[in-house]
Amino acid sequence: MIGRSRIQHSTFNIQHSAYPIATAAIVILIWSVSVRLTGTRIFPSPTAVAKGIAQLAQRGHLWSYTVDSLARVAAGYVAAIIVGIPLGFLLGWYAPLARAVNPLIQMLRPISPLAWMPLAVIWFGIGNAAPIFLIFIASLFPIVIAAANGVRNIPPMFLQAGRNFGLSTPQLMLRVVAPAALARIAVGLRIAFGVAWLVLVAAEMIAVDSGLGYLIIDARNAGKRYDLVIGGMLLIGILGLILDTLLRRGEAWLSERR
Amino acid sequence: MKVRFHDVSMRFGDVEVLDAINLDVSEGEFVCILGPSGCGKSTLLNIASGFLEPAAGEIAIDGVRVVGPDRRRIFVFQERGIFPWLTVEGNIGFGLFDLPESERRARIAHYVQLVGLRGFERAYPRELSGGMKQRVEVARALAVNPDVLYLDEPFGALDSITRLQMRSELLRIWQAERKTILFVTHDIEESVQLADRVVVLTARPGRVRRVVPIDIAHPRDLSSVRYLALRDEIFGEIGLAHKI
Repeated sequence: MIGRSRIQHSTFNIQHSAYPIATAAIVILIWSVSVRLTGTRIFPSPTAVAKGIAQLAQRGHLWSYTVDSLARVAAGYVAAIIVGIPLGFLLGWYAPLARAVNPLIQMLRPISPLAWMPLAVIWFGIGNAAPIFLIFIASLFPIVIAAANGVRNIPPMFLQAGRNFGLSTPQLMLRVVAPAALARIAVGLRIAFGVAWLVLVAAEMIAVDSGLGYLIIDARNAGKRYDLVIGGMLLIGILGLILDTLLRRGEAWLSERR
Repeated sequence: MKVRFHDVSMRFGDVEVLDAINLDVSEGEFVCILGPSGCGKSTLLNIASGFLEPAAGEIAIDGVRVVGPDRRRIFVFQERGIFPWLTVEGNIGFGLFDLPESERRARIAHYVQLVGLRGFERAYPRELSGGMKQRVEVARALAVNPDVLYLDEPFGALDSITRLQMRSELLRIWQAERKTILFVTHDIEESVQLADRVVVLTARPGRVRRVVPIDIAHPRDLSSVRYLALRDEIFGEIGLAHKI
């Protein structure tokens, strides 16, 4: 049995790394061949995109744009965590408050974060604050909702046991409610990060002149550099994949401790 | 008198759950509360532990009226009550937050030993069997040195062999620590094996139908004439002929 399960494990690992690489290679091949066959002068070939990215790296933009984008996402996302988790705790804990506030949240939630763009510019003007605000708004709702659900769904006997051992409400929050709700909150955090990353490009199309989102819109506007448009898209995709993988790892680690 | 139930009644909306329960439990006594499902026996325990307020009547412990939960009286659930994010040690030490570290360590070690979980101190609940989880919960309750334990069908989720083992474990622990125990069960055999007295409740609304003293010394011989007679007496009391 042990030998068998090891074999399955290694097969699984090969699938894990080799298959996606093969898929990527095939996609690049199809892309390359299609560009050549159609003779398009707009859509760049993979090599042109690679050269474009190399050029960005030479000018130092690759690094600075990436750092700027990550910093904005981090700022908006962390702000959403700082506001969202306590807010979610309150809503999960005080049922009447949840009943009062929930319709408002459910009404605001389906509005695309991009709809806030005009307001963001009016409120925050030109600079980092406007895109950070959009990322904040986008990631806030999933975090609030996950935290509220996490708290609301704690098995009552955990709370009862906490009370029985003489915990005050703050102690109960820290020692029972927070750890009991953590796994659900972690899922919400990952979903929120996905939304934040999604909004990044649009957020950087306003009010700022750096970042991966800005790169895309600027490459299009200044000289129709579609190699840089595609390059920017790829960079956003790859970074998003890496960050999502890290968050998934964290989430798995948390749920394993349960 | 340790615990005194005085005319305790309870209703949920229009449903009358408990009707004028009177019961005195002495210090160090092991009392089983036995009744059919839905007779309000768990509700009675929740009232006694201060988690529910009775509709009428009151419960006094050492002559003081119960108004809320208190760490001197710990409620033990089925195994699901232990915290899955804490290790065995973390769970057992949960209620000891105001003790100095050394004392805390010593208490945890003592109760790990008492419930037979040496070697599992760092294990998480998901790594434990149902019986072991139940031991953790009993140890967590005992660690704060309460004078009353409320056990709500604590072995209900265990398989029948583990359940028997846990009963003798509980008796051993009770004899070592001499807590007053109120133990809710719907299992007649269990009540006769464990209790000094069995309080038989009626179907809803629960009333005290009869109190049966179990005058057999521990360890109890489960095939002795006296054991079988008491068991059958309770079967008869509940209206079940002891035949299938």
